[in-house]
Amino acid sequence: MSGLTIARRQAVWAWIFLALPLAYFSLVRFWPALDAFSLSLSKWNLVGPRRYVGLANYERMAADPVFWQVLANTFEYLLLGLPVSLALSFLVAYHLDRVQTGHGLLRALYFLPHLTTATALAWVWRWFYQPAPVGLFNNWLSVFGIAQQPFLRSTFQALPAILVPAIWAALGFQIVIFLAGLKAIPRSYYEAAEIDGAGSPQILREITLPLLLPSFVFLLITTSIGLLRIFDLVYNMTAGGDGGPLNATKPLVLSIYQSAFARMDMGYASAQTVVLFVILLLLSLLQMRLLRARP
Amino acid sequence: MKPLRPGRIVAFTLLLMGGIVMIMPLLFMLATSLKTSSEVYELHLLPREPTLDNYLEILTRSPFGRWFLVSFSVASLTTASVLFFDSLIGYTLAKFRFRGRTFVFIAIMSTLMIPTEMLVIPWYVMAKSLGWLDTLWGVMFPGMMSGFGVFLMRQFFLGVPDELLDAARMDGLNEFQIFWQVALPLVTPALSALAIFAFLGNWTAFLWPLIVTSSPSLYTVPVGLASLSGEFQTDWEMIMTGSSIATIPTLLVFILLQRNIISGIMLTGLKG
Repeated sequence: MSGLTIARRQAVWAWIFLALPLAYFSLVRFWPALDAFSLSLSKWNLVGPRRYVGLANYERMAADPVFWQVLANTFEYLLLGLPVSLALSFLVAYHLDRVQTGHGLLRALYFLPHLTTATALAWVWRWFYQPAPVGLFNNWLSVFGIAQQPFLRSTFQALPAILVPAIWAALGFQIVIFLAGLKAIPRSYYEAAEIDGAGSPQILREITLPLLLPSFVFLLITTSIGLLRIFDLVYNMTAGGDGGPLNATKPLVLSIYQSAFARMDMGYASAQTVVLFVILLLLSLLQMRLLRARP
Repeated sequence: MKPLRPGRIVAFTLLLMGGIVMIMPLLFMLATSLKTSSEVYELHLLPREPTLDNYLEILTRSPFGRWFLVSFSVASLTTASVLFFDSLIGYTLAKFRFRGRTFVFIAIMSTLMIPTEMLVIPWYVMAKSLGWLDTLWGVMFPGMMSGFGVFLMRQFFLGVPDELLDAARMDGLNEFQIFWQVALPLVTPALSALAIFAFLGNWTAFLWPLIVTSSPSLYTVPVGLASLSGEFQTDWEMIMTGSSIATIPTLLVFILLQRNIISGIMLTGLKG
Protein backbone atom coordinates (compact mmCIF):
# COMPACT_ATOMS: atom_id res chain seq x y z
CA MET A 1 0.00 0.00 0.00
CA SER A 2 3.02 2.26 0.00
CA GLY A 3 2.13 3.67 -3.41
CA LEU A 4 -1.12 5.19 -2.13
CA THR A 5 -1.65 8.74 -0.92
CA ILE A 6 -2.13 9.19 2.82
CA ALA A 7 -5.85 9.86 2.38
CA ARG A 8 -6.32 6.72 0.30
CA ARG A 9 -4.38 4.62 2.78
CA GLN A 10 -6.54 5.90 5.63
CA ALA A 11 -9.70 4.98 3.74
CA VAL A 12 -8.41 1.49 2.99
CA TRP A 13 -7.53 0.87 6.64
CA ALA A 14 -10.90 2.25 7.77
CA TRP A 15 -12.83 -0.16 5.57
CA ILE A 16 -10.62 -3.07 6.64
CA PHE A 17 -11.43 -2.29 10.28
CA LEU A 18 -15.12 -1.81 9.51
CA ALA A 19 -15.69 -4.80 7.22
CA LEU A 20 -16.54 -7.39 9.85
CA PRO A 21 -18.54 -4.97 12.06
CA LEU A 22 -20.61 -3.80 9.08
CA ALA A 23 -21.37 -7.39 8.12
CA TYR A 24 -22.36 -8.10 11.72
CA PHE A 25 -24.63 -5.08 12.12
CA SER A 26 -26.27 -5.81 8.76
CA LEU A 27 -26.93 -9.48 9.49
CA VAL A 28 -27.74 -9.34 13.22
CA ARG A 29 -29.47 -5.94 13.48
CA PHE A 30 -30.73 -4.48 10.19
CA TRP A 31 -31.78 -7.61 8.39
CA PRO A 32 -33.66 -9.03 11.43
CA ALA A 33 -35.38 -5.65 11.94
CA LEU A 34 -36.59 -5.66 8.33
CA ASP A 35 -37.58 -9.30 8.73
CA ALA A 36 -39.70 -8.35 11.76
CA PHE A 37 -41.65 -5.88 9.59
CA SER A 38 -42.03 -8.47 6.87
CA LEU A 39 -43.12 -11.15 9.37
CA SER A 40 -45.73 -8.76 10.74
CA LEU A 41 -47.40 -8.93 7.32
CA SER A 42 -47.31 -12.74 7.23
CA LYS A 43 -48.92 -15.74 8.80
CA TRP A 44 -46.43 -18.37 9.89
CA ASN A 45 -46.16 -21.07 12.54
CA LEU A 46 -42.43 -21.73 11.93
CA VAL A 47 -43.16 -25.17 10.45
CA GLY A 48 -45.48 -24.67 7.49
CA PRO A 49 -45.11 -22.17 4.63
CA ARG A 50 -44.82 -18.45 5.36
CA ARG A 51 -47.82 -16.69 3.80
CA TYR A 52 -48.26 -12.98 3.03
CA VAL A 53 -51.49 -11.73 4.60
CA GLY A 54 -51.24 -7.95 4.27
CA LEU A 55 -52.43 -6.05 7.31
CA ALA A 56 -54.45 -8.95 8.71
CA ASN A 57 -52.32 -9.19 11.88
CA TYR A 58 -52.81 -5.50 12.61
CA GLU A 59 -56.56 -5.78 12.03
CA ARG A 60 -56.68 -8.76 14.36
CA MET A 61 -54.76 -6.76 16.96
CA ALA A 62 -57.17 -3.84 16.74
CA ALA A 63 -60.12 -6.19 17.25
CA ASP A 64 -58.52 -8.14 20.11
CA PRO A 65 -59.69 -6.96 23.56
CA VAL A 66 -56.73 -8.76 25.20
CA PHE A 67 -54.30 -6.73 23.10
CA TRP A 68 -55.94 -3.50 24.24
CA GLN A 69 -55.76 -4.67 27.83
CA VAL A 70 -52.08 -5.51 27.36
CA LEU A 71 -51.44 -2.06 25.94
CA ALA A 72 -53.34 -0.46 28.82
CA ASN A 73 -51.30 -2.52 31.32
CA THR A 74 -48.06 -1.47 29.64
CA PHE A 75 -48.96 2.19 29.97
CA GLU A 76 -50.16 1.65 33.52
CA TYR A 77 -46.65 0.41 34.41
CA LEU A 78 -45.26 3.52 32.75
CA LEU A 79 -47.63 6.12 34.13
CA LEU A 80 -47.59 4.80 37.70
CA GLY A 81 -43.91 3.90 37.76
CA LEU A 82 -42.33 6.91 36.11
CA PRO A 83 -43.42 9.72 38.48
CA VAL A 84 -42.92 7.61 41.60
CA SER A 85 -39.44 6.42 40.68
CA LEU A 86 -38.18 9.81 39.50
CA ALA A 87 -39.59 11.61 42.53
CA LEU A 88 -38.09 9.07 44.95
CA SER A 89 -34.69 8.99 43.29
CA PHE A 90 -34.47 12.77 43.10
CA LEU A 91 -35.45 13.09 46.75
CA VAL A 92 -32.77 10.62 47.82
CA ALA A 93 -30.08 12.02 45.51
CA TYR A 94 -30.76 15.63 46.52
CA HIS A 95 -30.26 14.86 50.20
CA LEU A 96 -27.50 12.32 49.65
CA ASP A 97 -25.52 14.94 47.71
CA ARG A 98 -25.38 17.12 50.83
CA VAL A 99 -24.34 14.35 53.20
CA GLN A 100 -20.59 13.98 53.60
CA THR A 101 -20.30 11.44 56.41
CA GLY A 102 -21.14 7.96 55.21
CA HIS A 103 -21.91 9.15 51.68
CA GLY A 104 -20.30 6.10 50.07
CA LEU A 105 -22.03 3.63 52.38
CA LEU A 106 -25.47 5.19 51.89
CA ARG A 107 -25.00 5.28 48.13
CA ALA A 108 -23.98 1.61 48.17
CA LEU A 109 -27.13 0.64 50.11
CA TYR A 110 -29.37 2.35 47.57
CA PHE A 111 -27.41 1.04 44.61
CA LEU A 112 -27.15 -2.65 45.54
CA PRO A 113 -30.59 -3.84 44.37
CA HIS A 114 -29.86 -2.45 40.90
CA LEU A 115 -27.08 -4.98 40.33
CA THR A 116 -29.00 -8.11 41.20
CA THR A 117 -30.67 -10.37 38.66
CA ALA A 118 -34.33 -9.55 38.09
CA THR A 119 -35.19 -13.24 38.27
CA ALA A 120 -33.84 -13.52 41.82
CA LEU A 121 -35.54 -10.28 42.90
CA ALA A 122 -38.82 -11.40 41.39
CA TRP A 123 -38.91 -14.60 43.44
CA VAL A 124 -37.98 -12.81 46.65
CA TRP A 125 -40.86 -10.36 46.20
CA ARG A 126 -43.19 -13.12 45.08
CA TRP A 127 -42.54 -14.77 48.41
CA PHE A 128 -43.19 -11.51 50.31
CA TYR A 129 -46.61 -11.22 48.67
CA GLN A 130 -47.85 -14.75 49.50
CA PRO A 131 -50.87 -15.20 51.78
CA ALA A 132 -50.26 -15.84 55.50
CA PRO A 133 -48.60 -17.79 57.02
CA VAL A 134 -46.11 -17.87 54.14
CA GLY A 135 -45.80 -14.31 52.93
CA LEU A 136 -43.88 -11.73 54.90
CA PHE A 137 -46.18 -8.79 54.20
CA ASN A 138 -49.36 -10.57 55.21
CA ASN A 139 -47.63 -11.82 58.37
CA TRP A 140 -46.75 -8.27 59.26
CA LEU A 141 -50.27 -7.09 58.48
CA SER A 142 -51.69 -9.69 60.84
CA VAL A 143 -49.26 -8.62 63.59
CA PHE A 144 -50.70 -5.12 63.33
CA GLY A 145 -54.26 -6.43 63.04
CA ILE A 146 -54.73 -5.17 59.49
CA ALA A 147 -56.84 -7.16 57.02
CA GLN A 148 -55.01 -9.66 54.83
CA GLN A 149 -54.30 -8.53 51.25
CA PRO A 150 -54.42 -10.70 48.11
CA PHE A 151 -51.56 -8.80 46.37
CA LEU A 152 -50.54 -10.94 43.36
CA ARG A 153 -53.86 -12.80 43.41
CA SER A 154 -55.98 -9.70 42.86
CA THR A 155 -56.60 -8.27 39.41
CA PHE A 156 -56.48 -4.82 40.97
CA GLN A 157 -53.42 -5.13 43.25
CA ALA A 158 -51.20 -7.41 41.19
CA LEU A 159 -49.87 -4.83 38.74
CA PRO A 160 -48.81 -2.28 41.38
CA ALA A 161 -47.38 -5.18 43.43
CA ILE A 162 -45.10 -6.07 40.50
CA LEU A 163 -44.26 -2.42 39.94
CA VAL A 164 -42.86 -2.02 43.46
CA PRO A 165 -39.79 -4.25 42.90
CA ALA A 166 -39.38 -2.71 39.42
CA ILE A 167 -39.11 0.76 40.96
CA TRP A 168 -37.01 -0.54 43.85
CA ALA A 169 -34.47 -2.16 41.52
CA ALA A 170 -34.10 0.85 39.21
CA LEU A 171 -33.74 3.41 42.00
CA GLY A 172 -29.99 2.94 42.50
CA PHE A 173 -29.21 3.69 38.86
CA GLN A 174 -31.38 6.81 38.85
CA ILE A 175 -29.84 8.09 42.08
CA VAL A 176 -26.33 7.71 40.65
CA ILE A 177 -27.32 9.64 37.51
CA PHE A 178 -28.87 12.42 39.59
CA LEU A 179 -25.78 12.52 41.83
CA ALA A 180 -23.57 12.93 38.76
CA GLY A 181 -25.79 15.79 37.58
CA LEU A 182 -25.73 17.43 41.01
CA LYS A 183 -21.94 17.15 41.26
CA ALA A 184 -21.59 18.86 37.88
CA ILE A 185 -23.23 22.03 39.24
CA PRO A 186 -20.42 24.37 40.29
CA ARG A 187 -20.35 25.03 44.03
CA SER A 188 -19.76 28.72 43.35
CA TYR A 189 -23.35 29.04 42.07
CA TYR A 190 -24.68 27.94 45.43
CA GLU A 191 -22.29 30.16 47.33
CA ALA A 192 -23.23 33.19 45.22
CA ALA A 193 -26.91 32.48 45.80
CA GLU A 194 -26.36 32.14 49.54
CA ILE A 195 -24.51 35.45 49.64
CA ASP A 196 -27.46 37.02 47.81
CA GLY A 197 -29.64 35.69 50.62
CA ALA A 198 -31.50 32.99 48.70
CA GLY A 199 -33.08 30.26 50.88
CA SER A 200 -32.89 26.52 50.23
CA PRO A 201 -36.24 26.26 48.39
CA GLN A 202 -35.31 29.17 46.16
CA ILE A 203 -31.87 27.71 45.37
CA LEU A 204 -33.52 24.38 44.57
CA ARG A 205 -36.06 26.02 42.26
CA GLU A 206 -33.80 28.49 40.49
CA ILE A 207 -30.43 26.75 40.37
CA THR A 208 -30.59 23.02 41.06
CA LEU A 209 -33.68 22.03 39.09
CA PRO A 210 -32.94 23.99 35.88
CA LEU A 211 -29.31 22.83 35.80
CA LEU A 212 -30.40 19.26 36.42
CA LEU A 213 -32.70 19.24 33.39
CA PRO A 214 -30.39 17.10 31.21
CA SER A 215 -30.28 14.42 33.92
CA PHE A 216 -34.07 14.57 34.20
CA VAL A 217 -34.53 14.17 30.45
CA PHE A 218 -32.04 11.30 30.30
CA LEU A 219 -33.78 9.48 33.17
CA LEU A 220 -37.24 10.28 31.88
CA ILE A 221 -36.43 8.45 28.66
CA THR A 222 -34.36 5.55 30.02
CA THR A 223 -36.88 4.88 32.80
CA SER A 224 -39.79 5.03 30.36
CA ILE A 225 -38.08 2.62 27.99
CA GLY A 226 -37.33 0.26 30.89
CA LEU A 227 -40.95 0.31 32.10
CA LEU A 228 -42.42 -0.12 28.62
CA ARG A 229 -40.21 -3.20 28.12
CA ILE A 230 -40.96 -4.80 31.50
CA PHE A 231 -40.86 -8.60 31.20
CA ASP A 232 -38.53 -10.48 33.59
CA LEU A 233 -40.41 -9.48 36.75
CA VAL A 234 -43.86 -10.22 35.34
CA TYR A 235 -42.76 -13.56 33.90
CA ASN A 236 -41.31 -14.64 37.24
CA MET A 237 -43.91 -13.17 39.58
CA THR A 238 -47.10 -14.47 37.96
CA ALA A 239 -48.23 -18.10 38.17
CA GLY A 240 -46.78 -20.00 35.21
CA GLY A 241 -45.42 -16.72 33.87
CA ASP A 242 -48.78 -15.98 32.25
CA GLY A 243 -49.26 -12.33 33.22
CA GLY A 244 -52.34 -13.16 35.29
CA PRO A 245 -54.59 -13.12 37.13
CA LEU A 246 -56.83 -12.77 34.06
CA ASN A 247 -54.13 -10.90 32.07
CA ALA A 248 -54.23 -8.12 34.65
CA THR A 249 -50.44 -7.78 34.75
CA LYS A 250 -49.55 -8.82 31.20
CA PRO A 251 -47.31 -6.25 29.48
CA LEU A 252 -46.63 -6.01 25.74
CA VAL A 253 -43.35 -7.96 25.82
CA LEU A 254 -44.91 -10.92 27.65
CA SER A 255 -47.75 -10.91 25.14
CA ILE A 256 -45.19 -10.96 22.31
CA TYR A 257 -43.35 -13.83 24.00
CA GLN A 258 -46.54 -15.85 24.40
CA SER A 259 -47.73 -15.26 20.84
CA ALA A 260 -44.38 -16.24 19.40
CA PHE A 261 -43.09 -19.01 21.62
CA ALA A 262 -46.17 -20.52 23.25
CA ARG A 263 -48.58 -20.27 20.28
CA MET A 264 -46.00 -20.16 17.44
CA ASP A 265 -47.95 -17.29 15.93
CA MET A 266 -44.92 -15.53 14.48
CA GLY A 267 -46.81 -13.01 12.35
CA TYR A 268 -49.07 -11.78 15.13
CA ALA A 269 -46.15 -11.61 17.55
CA SER A 270 -44.10 -9.58 15.06
CA ALA A 271 -46.95 -7.15 14.53
CA GLN A 272 -46.92 -6.52 18.29
CA THR A 273 -43.16 -5.92 18.21
CA VAL A 274 -43.75 -3.30 15.52
CA VAL A 275 -46.18 -1.54 17.88
CA LEU A 276 -43.51 -1.61 20.61
CA PHE A 277 -40.95 -0.27 18.13
CA VAL A 278 -43.20 2.64 17.14
CA ILE A 279 -43.88 3.55 20.78
CA LEU A 280 -40.16 3.53 21.62
CA LEU A 281 -39.32 5.47 18.47
CA LEU A 282 -41.79 8.21 19.38
CA LEU A 283 -40.18 8.35 22.82
CA SER A 284 -36.70 8.77 21.32
CA LEU A 285 -37.96 11.57 19.08
CA LEU A 286 -39.42 13.23 22.16
CA GLN A 287 -36.03 12.97 23.86
CA MET A 288 -34.28 14.66 20.93
CA ARG A 289 -36.84 17.42 20.96
CA LEU A 290 -36.53 17.97 24.72
CA LEU A 291 -32.74 18.04 24.53
CA ARG A 292 -32.75 20.49 21.67
CA ALA A 293 -35.12 22.79 23.55
CA ARG A 294 -32.86 22.92 26.59
CA PRO A 295 -31.35 26.31 27.36
CA MET B 1 -15.82 21.76 59.50
CA LYS B 2 -19.27 23.26 59.46
CA PRO B 3 -21.27 22.75 62.64
CA LEU B 4 -23.84 19.98 62.31
CA ARG B 5 -27.32 21.36 61.93
CA PRO B 6 -30.32 19.41 63.23
CA GLY B 7 -31.73 19.33 59.69
CA ARG B 8 -28.65 17.49 58.50
CA ILE B 9 -28.93 14.88 61.24
CA VAL B 10 -32.60 14.26 60.43
CA ALA B 11 -31.77 13.97 56.72
CA PHE B 12 -28.94 11.55 57.46
CA THR B 13 -31.12 9.39 59.70
CA LEU B 14 -33.92 9.27 57.14
CA LEU B 15 -31.46 8.41 54.36
CA LEU B 16 -29.98 5.63 56.47
CA MET B 17 -33.43 4.22 57.25
CA GLY B 18 -34.33 4.37 53.58
CA GLY B 19 -31.08 2.60 52.71
CA ILE B 20 -31.81 -0.18 55.17
CA VAL B 21 -35.29 -0.59 53.67
CA MET B 22 -33.60 -0.82 50.26
CA ILE B 23 -31.43 -3.78 51.22
CA MET B 24 -34.06 -5.43 53.44
CA PRO B 25 -35.34 -7.76 50.68
CA LEU B 26 -31.77 -8.91 50.03
CA LEU B 27 -31.20 -9.49 53.76
CA PHE B 28 -34.40 -11.53 54.01
CA MET B 29 -33.33 -13.53 50.98
CA LEU B 30 -29.90 -14.33 52.46
CA ALA B 31 -31.23 -14.98 55.99
CA THR B 32 -33.97 -17.30 54.74
CA SER B 33 -31.48 -19.29 52.68
CA LEU B 34 -29.75 -20.13 55.96
CA LYS B 35 -32.93 -21.24 57.74
CA THR B 36 -34.42 -24.69 58.12
CA SER B 37 -37.82 -25.23 56.54
CA SER B 38 -39.55 -25.18 59.94
CA GLU B 39 -38.23 -21.70 60.62
CA VAL B 40 -38.92 -20.08 57.26
CA TYR B 41 -42.27 -18.49 58.02
CA GLU B 42 -41.29 -17.00 61.35
CA LEU B 43 -40.99 -13.26 61.33
CA HIS B 44 -37.57 -12.83 62.91
CA LEU B 45 -34.88 -12.06 60.39
CA LEU B 46 -31.89 -13.98 61.71
CA PRO B 47 -31.92 -17.77 61.66
CA ARG B 48 -31.64 -19.36 65.11
CA GLU B 49 -29.43 -22.16 63.86
CA PRO B 50 -27.88 -21.04 60.58
CA THR B 51 -27.31 -23.96 58.25
CA LEU B 52 -25.82 -24.40 54.81
CA ASP B 53 -27.97 -27.49 54.15
CA ASN B 54 -30.11 -25.66 51.61
CA TYR B 55 -27.03 -24.76 49.61
CA LEU B 56 -25.75 -28.32 49.66
CA GLU B 57 -29.14 -29.65 48.64
CA ILE B 58 -29.62 -27.21 45.76
CA LEU B 59 -26.12 -27.79 44.42
CA THR B 60 -26.63 -31.56 44.41
CA ARG B 61 -30.22 -31.50 43.13
CA SER B 62 -29.73 -29.07 40.26
CA PRO B 63 -26.98 -28.18 37.76
CA PHE B 64 -26.43 -24.76 39.32
CA GLY B 65 -22.66 -25.07 38.95
CA ARG B 66 -23.11 -25.78 35.26
CA TRP B 67 -25.40 -22.71 34.85
CA PHE B 68 -22.73 -20.59 36.43
CA LEU B 69 -20.20 -21.87 33.95
CA VAL B 70 -22.56 -21.14 31.04
CA SER B 71 -23.37 -17.62 32.32
CA PHE B 72 -19.74 -16.90 32.99
CA SER B 73 -18.60 -18.13 29.56
CA VAL B 74 -21.33 -16.23 27.74
CA ALA B 75 -20.75 -13.02 29.68
CA SER B 76 -16.95 -13.05 29.40
CA LEU B 77 -16.79 -14.04 25.72
CA THR B 78 -19.36 -11.47 24.63
CA THR B 79 -17.68 -8.83 26.79
CA ALA B 80 -14.30 -9.53 25.20
CA SER B 81 -15.84 -9.29 21.75
CA VAL B 82 -17.73 -6.08 22.55
CA LEU B 83 -14.59 -4.48 23.99
CA PHE B 84 -12.48 -5.33 20.97
CA PHE B 85 -14.92 -4.54 18.17
CA ASP B 86 -16.67 -1.54 19.73
CA SER B 87 -13.38 0.17 20.45
CA LEU B 88 -12.06 -0.64 16.97
CA ILE B 89 -15.22 0.78 15.37
CA GLY B 90 -15.26 3.77 17.70
CA TYR B 91 -11.60 4.47 16.95
CA THR B 92 -12.09 4.21 13.19
CA LEU B 93 -15.09 6.54 13.28
CA ALA B 94 -13.30 9.05 15.49
CA LYS B 95 -9.83 9.12 13.96
CA PHE B 96 -10.02 8.20 10.27
CA ARG B 97 -11.14 10.50 7.50
CA PHE B 98 -12.93 8.69 4.69
CA ARG B 99 -16.00 9.01 2.54
CA GLY B 100 -19.04 7.38 4.18
CA ARG B 101 -17.87 7.88 7.76
CA THR B 102 -20.92 9.85 8.87
CA PHE B 103 -23.21 7.36 7.16
CA VAL B 104 -21.62 4.41 8.98
CA PHE B 105 -21.83 6.25 12.31
CA ILE B 106 -25.51 7.11 11.86
CA ALA B 107 -26.29 3.59 10.67
CA ILE B 108 -24.71 2.02 13.75
CA MET B 109 -26.35 4.56 16.08
CA SER B 110 -29.73 3.86 14.51
CA THR B 111 -29.49 0.24 15.72
CA LEU B 112 -29.94 1.63 19.23
CA MET B 113 -33.51 2.48 18.24
CA ILE B 114 -34.35 -1.17 17.51
CA PRO B 115 -35.60 -2.89 20.67
CA THR B 116 -34.25 -6.39 21.35
CA GLU B 117 -37.83 -7.62 21.63
CA MET B 118 -38.33 -6.83 17.96
CA LEU B 119 -35.26 -8.83 16.97
CA VAL B 120 -35.75 -11.98 19.05
CA ILE B 121 -38.24 -13.56 16.65
CA PRO B 122 -36.06 -13.09 13.52
CA TRP B 123 -33.01 -14.17 15.57
CA TYR B 124 -34.87 -17.31 16.57
CA VAL B 125 -35.79 -18.05 12.94
CA MET B 126 -32.19 -17.41 11.93
CA ALA B 127 -30.74 -19.58 14.72
CA LYS B 128 -33.16 -22.35 13.83
CA SER B 129 -32.19 -22.43 10.16
CA LEU B 130 -28.46 -22.27 10.97
CA GLY B 131 -28.62 -24.92 13.69
CA TRP B 132 -27.71 -22.48 16.47
CA LEU B 133 -30.72 -23.17 18.68
CA ASP B 134 -29.77 -24.59 22.06
CA THR B 135 -26.05 -23.90 21.63
CA LEU B 136 -23.67 -21.60 23.47
CA TRP B 137 -23.05 -19.60 20.29
CA GLY B 138 -26.80 -19.25 19.89
CA VAL B 139 -26.98 -17.54 23.29
CA MET B 140 -24.03 -15.29 22.46
CA PHE B 141 -24.30 -14.19 18.84
CA PRO B 142 -26.76 -11.29 19.32
CA GLY B 143 -24.44 -9.60 21.84
CA MET B 144 -21.08 -9.69 20.07
CA MET B 145 -21.09 -5.94 19.25
CA SER B 146 -23.22 -3.07 20.53
CA GLY B 147 -24.12 0.35 19.21
CA PHE B 148 -23.95 1.78 22.71
CA GLY B 149 -20.31 0.73 23.10
CA VAL B 150 -19.42 2.23 19.73
CA PHE B 151 -20.91 5.54 20.84
CA LEU B 152 -19.08 5.48 24.17
CA MET B 153 -15.70 4.54 22.69
CA ARG B 154 -15.97 7.06 19.85
CA GLN B 155 -16.63 9.84 22.37
CA PHE B 156 -13.44 8.93 24.19
CA PHE B 157 -11.26 8.45 21.11
CA LEU B 158 -12.30 11.92 19.90
CA GLY B 159 -10.33 13.23 22.87
CA VAL B 160 -7.10 11.45 21.85
CA PRO B 161 -4.79 14.00 20.13
CA ASP B 162 -4.02 13.35 16.44
CA GLU B 163 -0.37 14.39 16.91
CA LEU B 164 0.18 11.33 19.07
CA LEU B 165 -1.10 9.03 16.33
CA ASP B 166 0.90 10.86 13.65
CA ALA B 167 4.05 10.48 15.74
CA ALA B 168 3.42 6.75 15.90
CA ARG B 169 3.00 6.70 12.10
CA MET B 170 6.39 8.40 11.77
CA ASP B 171 7.83 5.65 13.93
CA GLY B 172 6.62 3.14 11.35
CA LEU B 173 3.80 1.49 13.29
CA ASN B 174 0.97 0.18 11.12
CA GLU B 175 -2.57 1.39 11.70
CA PHE B 176 -3.62 -1.60 13.78
CA GLN B 177 -0.55 -1.27 15.98
CA ILE B 178 -1.33 2.42 16.47
CA PHE B 179 -4.85 1.55 17.56
CA TRP B 180 -3.74 -1.30 19.80
CA GLN B 181 -0.53 0.08 21.31
CA VAL B 182 -1.06 3.84 21.30
CA ALA B 183 -4.74 4.78 21.29
CA LEU B 184 -6.34 1.96 23.30
CA PRO B 185 -4.25 2.41 26.48
CA LEU B 186 -5.41 6.04 26.61
CA VAL B 187 -9.08 5.17 27.02
CA THR B 188 -8.93 2.55 29.78
CA PRO B 189 -11.59 4.29 31.96
CA ALA B 190 -14.08 3.97 29.10
CA LEU B 191 -13.02 0.38 28.50
CA SER B 192 -13.56 -0.60 32.11
CA ALA B 193 -16.97 1.10 32.16
CA LEU B 194 -17.95 -0.70 28.96
CA ALA B 195 -16.62 -4.02 30.30
CA ILE B 196 -18.74 -3.72 33.43
CA PHE B 197 -21.90 -2.82 31.49
CA ALA B 198 -21.41 -5.56 28.93
CA PHE B 199 -20.67 -8.20 31.55
CA LEU B 200 -23.56 -7.30 33.85
CA GLY B 201 -25.94 -6.90 30.92
CA ASN B 202 -25.14 -10.39 29.70
CA TRP B 203 -25.07 -11.88 33.19
CA THR B 204 -28.61 -10.69 33.95
CA ALA B 205 -30.06 -11.14 30.43
CA PHE B 206 -33.23 -13.19 30.53
CA LEU B 207 -35.48 -12.99 27.47
CA TRP B 208 -33.10 -14.22 24.75
CA PRO B 209 -31.45 -17.04 26.76
CA LEU B 210 -34.94 -18.15 27.79
CA ILE B 211 -35.99 -18.34 24.14
CA VAL B 212 -32.90 -19.88 22.58
CA THR B 213 -32.08 -22.58 25.14
CA SER B 214 -34.16 -25.67 25.75
CA SER B 215 -31.85 -28.16 27.43
CA PRO B 216 -31.14 -27.41 31.11
CA SER B 217 -27.41 -27.97 30.56
CA LEU B 218 -27.30 -24.75 28.53
CA TYR B 219 -29.39 -22.53 30.81
CA THR B 220 -27.84 -19.34 32.08
CA VAL B 221 -28.20 -18.56 35.80
CA PRO B 222 -31.37 -16.42 35.46
CA VAL B 223 -33.11 -18.97 33.22
CA GLY B 224 -32.02 -21.87 35.42
CA LEU B 225 -33.21 -20.06 38.53
CA ALA B 226 -36.60 -19.35 36.95
CA SER B 227 -37.13 -22.99 35.99
CA LEU B 228 -35.85 -24.26 39.33
CA SER B 229 -38.09 -21.91 41.32
CA GLY B 230 -41.04 -23.01 39.24
CA GLU B 231 -40.24 -26.61 40.21
CA PHE B 232 -39.78 -25.94 43.92
CA GLN B 233 -43.27 -24.41 44.08
CA THR B 234 -43.63 -23.74 47.81
CA ASP B 235 -40.18 -24.62 49.13
CA TRP B 236 -39.44 -20.96 49.68
CA GLU B 237 -36.21 -21.55 51.60
CA MET B 238 -34.91 -23.40 48.53
CA ILE B 239 -36.04 -20.63 46.18
CA MET B 240 -34.33 -18.06 48.41
CA THR B 241 -31.19 -20.19 48.37
CA GLY B 242 -31.21 -20.30 44.57
CA SER B 243 -31.81 -16.55 44.45
CA SER B 244 -28.93 -16.00 46.88
CA ILE B 245 -26.57 -18.13 44.82
CA ALA B 246 -27.52 -16.11 41.74
CA THR B 247 -27.05 -12.81 43.59
CA ILE B 248 -23.93 -13.36 45.71
CA PRO B 249 -21.40 -13.10 42.80
CA THR B 250 -22.80 -9.74 41.68
CA LEU B 251 -22.67 -8.53 45.27
CA LEU B 252 -19.00 -9.55 45.46
CA VAL B 253 -18.25 -7.87 42.13
CA PHE B 254 -19.95 -4.75 43.42
CA ILE B 255 -17.92 -4.70 46.61
CA LEU B 256 -14.71 -5.09 44.58
CA LEU B 257 -15.53 -2.66 41.78
CA GLN B 258 -17.92 -0.24 43.46
CA ARG B 259 -15.96 2.83 42.49
CA ASN B 260 -15.58 1.78 38.83
CA ILE B 261 -19.23 0.79 38.47
CA ILE B 262 -20.56 4.03 39.89
CA SER B 263 -18.14 6.26 38.02
CA GLY B 264 -18.90 4.26 34.83
CA ILE B 265 -22.61 5.00 35.17
CA MET B 266 -21.90 8.64 35.95
CA LEU B 267 -19.65 8.83 32.90
CA THR B 268 -22.24 7.49 30.48
CA GLY B 269 -25.00 9.51 32.11
CA LEU B 270 -23.04 12.69 31.48
CA LYS B 271 -21.86 11.72 28.00
CA GLY B 272 -25.25 10.38 26.88
